[in-house]
Amino acid sequence: MAKPNNMATVATSDLPKALTGIQGLDEITFGGLPKGRPTLICGGPGCGKTLLAMEFLCRGALQYNEPGVFMAFEEKEQDLVENFSSLGFDLKSLVKHKKLAIDYVYIERSEIEETGEYDLEGLFVRLAAAIDSIGAKRVVLDTIEALFSGFSNTSILRAELRRLFRWLKDKGVTAIITGEKGEKLLTKHGLEEYVADCVISLDNRVNEQIATRRLKIIKYRGSRHGTNEYPFLISDNGISVFPMTSLLLASAVSSERISSGIKSLDEMLGNKGYFKGSAILVSGSAGSGKTSFGAQFVDYVCRNGQRALCFAFEESEGQLSRNMKSIGINLKRWIDKGLLKIAANRATLCGLEMHLVMAHTAVKEFKPDVVVIDPITTLIGSGLADDAKAMIARLIDFLKNDGITILATDLNLMADKGDAAEIGISSLCDTWMKLSMETQGYKRMRRITIIKSRGMKHGHETKDLIITDNGLEIKDIPGLREDVR
Amino acid sequence: MKNATYKLLLYIAGTTPKSLEAFANLKKICDEHLKGRYSIEVVDLVKNPKLAKGDQIVAIPTLVRKLPPPLKKIIGDLSNKEKVLVGLNIITKG
Repeated sequence: MAKPNNMATVATSDLPKALTGIQGLDEITFGGLPKGRPTLICGGPGCGKTLLAMEFLCRGALQYNEPGVFMAFEEKEQDLVENFSSLGFDLKSLVKHKKLAIDYVYIERSEIEETGEYDLEGLFVRLAAAIDSIGAKRVVLDTIEALFSGFSNTSILRAELRRLFRWLKDKGVTAIITGEKGEKLLTKHGLEEYVADCVISLDNRVNEQIATRRLKIIKYRGSRHGTNEYPFLISDNGISVFPMTSLLLASAVSSERISSGIKSLDEMLGNKGYFKGSAILVSGSAGSGKTSFGAQFVDYVCRNGQRALCFAFEESEGQLSRNMKSIGINLKRWIDKGLLKIAANRATLCGLEMHLVMAHTAVKEFKPDVVVIDPITTLIGSGLADDAKAMIARLIDFLKNDGITILATDLNLMADKGDAAEIGISSLCDTWMKLSMETQGYKRMRRITIIKSRGMKHGHETKDLIITDNGLEIKDIPGLREDVR
Repeated sequence: MKNATYKLLLYIAGTTPKSLEAFANLKKICDEHLKGRYSIEVVDLVKNPKLAKGDQIVAIPTLVRKLPPPLKKIIGDLSNKEKVLVGLNIITKG
């Protein structure tokens, strides 16, 4: 999280809320779910409803000392225990310590004959007994719609559901009711009619073979809430919602400068280099020296005792340090000193959101001064272009907000045909440089041009970029000395 | 099956008109069809809430046929005699 307090502190709502403890969810709800009221979580099968609900109980019990009751209509107690142990939740021990009570309600219509009037008092009795047995403050009903397949008299059922939700409110428990997504309604049986305070929908969409989970707050009576669709992850310690929004143009602006690591480039950049905390984009075709360019910057940063985090999507850590050694840049030294971390991943390994959440986590852990993303364009392959652009914008804003300088490379296959960085990420960047390969006689020469650099006077010449045994050098193109400034 | 002994449990939650009616209906049906070979135990969940879990009671009143096997459940006030008899397998459908 960039600055979670940013969002949390502005919430001055009087509505009492119960923190979920679920990463990111408390930020977008400005403090959690409505305390003492039911919340409806709806979504299709396998979208994470049960997990979210159970995590709400576990974290409630462990972090906020609020024991919880899980009334399961679909999974047996034993199944739940097994499923959740893989996510690091020891339900057995919670049950043993009276932090959690699980009641599995089994209804099979074929085994039940109905004759005449009935009510669901049995359910109420069970719920009340479970709540009282541990002094529960939180309740989950997962998913109560199973009742509709168990009983045929829907008018009784609806009246009883209405009574149940009223009863839950009277009990003062913070409840989560889950519901299967319906075709026309939010839930199959229109549970939203009864639970009017807070509705959250979950969704698991597959785009170009990569699944992305998303969470959206549909309604939250009496409270502000984030309105976007937020990607979320199910990782080995539960759910994390990714609350980054791209409305953080309010990040603190630094007028401090940071050298590019190449003296002659600094000269082109108003003699001082980049702005600290700005975003730098280096576009170029294959083999134009983008990675070396990034490595030189990293080397410089670490040499000055600062920390750099490098996301490499094309090379492994070993490969990268071997290759950079050949041009006199010793990255391993900085890794050993703990100043540099290389996070190497194939871009196609997982969806875009997953990458960004991983980036998020890595940045939070490592606390770098500089982040290098090499190349940022591979991320597009793992999502749709529009999504990718929005996500990259979020990532850049998040890093900027933390005052981190970003250097992203952009593999631009069409580099020679125009200046359009593939998905327009250039507009998000403060400094944009283009590397190119030009044929001169029988030789291919690397060239560098500064296309833009916000807030400084910069050179406009195209210069030679020379890769030497001691890193990169930038020189005037020999024989071309006209003043184009 | 003809001469099997019936062990029946009637789950109620407090003495409500509905539960009294269910019990009266049940008693009448049993006296008519199972004279001398049945037992009815009334379980009040308000007094023993923990017992609801064992027989998976959700609706009230619920009649559970413990014996003869298999276990059978009938919910409601048992006002439809025919349905009760079929539900308890005392008479077969049709």
